[in-house]
Amino acid sequence: MKREIPLFLTAVIGAVMVLGFFMPHPWISVPADFLQQSAVIVVAFGYVLGGANLLRVHLEAISRRERDWPYRIVLVAGLLGTVSVGLFVDGPGFQAQGARTMWIYNNIYAPMNATMFSLLAFFIASAAFRAFRIRTIEAGLLAVAALVVMLGRVPLGDFLARPLTDHAWVPAWLREAPLGTIQQWIMDVPQNAAKRAILIGAAMGVMATGLRVILGIERAYLGGGE
Amino acid sequence: MNWRSLEKLDRRWLFLAMALLVAGPLLWPVGLPIVVSSPVQRFHDAIAAVPDGSPVLVPCDFDPGSRPELIPMMKTVLRQLFDKKCRPIVTCLWPGGPALVDQTLESVADEYRARGVPLESGVDYLDLGYKSGNEAVMVLMGQGIARAFPRDLRGRETRSLPILRDVGDYSSIPLLVSISGGYPGTKEWVQQVNARFHLPMVSGCTAVSAPEYYPYLQSGQLRGLLGGMAGAAEYEKLRGEKGSATRGMDAQSLAHVFIALCIVLGNVVQWRRGTGGRS
Repeated sequence: MKREIPLFLTAVIGAVMVLGFFMPHPWISVPADFLQQSAVIVVAFGYVLGGANLLRVHLEAISRRERDWPYRIVLVAGLLGTVSVGLFVDGPGFQAQGARTMWIYNNIYAPMNATMFSLLAFFIASAAFRAFRIRTIEAGLLAVAALVVMLGRVPLGDFLARPLTDHAWVPAWLREAPLGTIQQWIMDVPQNAAKRAILIGAAMGVMATGLRVILGIERAYLGGGE
Repeated sequence: MNWRSLEKLDRRWLFLAMALLVAGPLLWPVGLPIVVSSPVQRFHDAIAAVPDGSPVLVPCDFDPGSRPELIPMMKTVLRQLFDKKCRPIVTCLWPGGPALVDQTLESVADEYRARGVPLESGVDYLDLGYKSGNEAVMVLMGQGIARAFPRDLRGRETRSLPILRDVGDYSSIPLLVSISGGYPGTKEWVQQVNARFHLPMVSGCTAVSAPEYYPYLQSGQLRGLLGGMAGAAEYEKLRGEKGSATRGMDAQSLAHVFIALCIVLGNVVQWRRGTGGRS
């Protein structure tokens, strides 16, 4: 029964959700709507569970003085500090301008989050110099497409390429934004074709997996190593 | 040229060069000419085609990491909507984003208030704030916006707000403008809302996720697309604004050219080493 009940619930809920997409009849749409609302509540509980799990894992690691334990103290202090300020100091108005939580958000969270993303520019430059090696024809094609798209996306690329295309024999539609036009073609045609193939393939995989879960063939989500 | 020294180039020199190339144009802008691409023109035209005074759903699903790319386009979208007397209804499905989104919405509303346009939260625009649940929230809004968000960001009951008086579910909204930094974002709005409720959509997204949305643009599920800061700058040009995206394009231009040079130079160094070894 420990396995049968979850399998039964999954099959019923999965079937109702799939039917709800196609059938507006109240017998299907009402339970489907209820399940949608339940899903939102379950996800919200997931945050509580996630927070508790994070605390458990890191407090255990700190007590055992595992590797990088001082950083874990910062993490736990950050979590507890922010939650405490939001719950006990600001209360329901924790998102109002001037609230202490907003000070934490504006002066700690936002700059740190933006910094992490900004670092990409430096690492991409380093990786471009050291790791992007053209050893095969495919890698060469990739490099040419990457260079055209990268330069065609910015005004300086067209500015630099314009002297090469500023001739009477070059078609007028190519003259104003030579690299921009070529990069748009790369994005619209070869990129789009490949992306569509990946999307369709992935969607079929998701459908097959969903069907396997609903029919009880796929049971890995239940755990237990089966 | 001393190729051997390039082979052993300390990567901190690359970091320094990148920092200077980005900081320089931000401090001293050059103002390179910007050419408007078709997806951006279509984005602008789709918003322009919305009847004046309509409610427009603007999900802003991002956090501060995407600020330089997405905040400029969000501001220009809001200005275009306010100019048409449209009523933006803003949501955020990213837990790290609601405060940033609200600050941006209020800053644009303040611009209009400073010019004597009496914009009021809950009447002319609305910030519904954050709700967990990702795709489930998108579908739930199809049963009613106020049902999915019983209270707005400020804790007011949404049913009592004048802006939602004539807004039930997606059928009362003519356009969805998704400003998206990743998951959940444009792709999920297309799959859950455009596909199911047939709500017309446009998207402004980070440059890195733009290629993923081109199939939706070509199929017509997205009526327009702004890709990253370049898309935002083109949109600003269409609107006659000189915002932070336009200012940032010089810096981004130099950064792109520098990365292209890094790729070329890195391979030249590699080839030189290869041919040197054989000889």
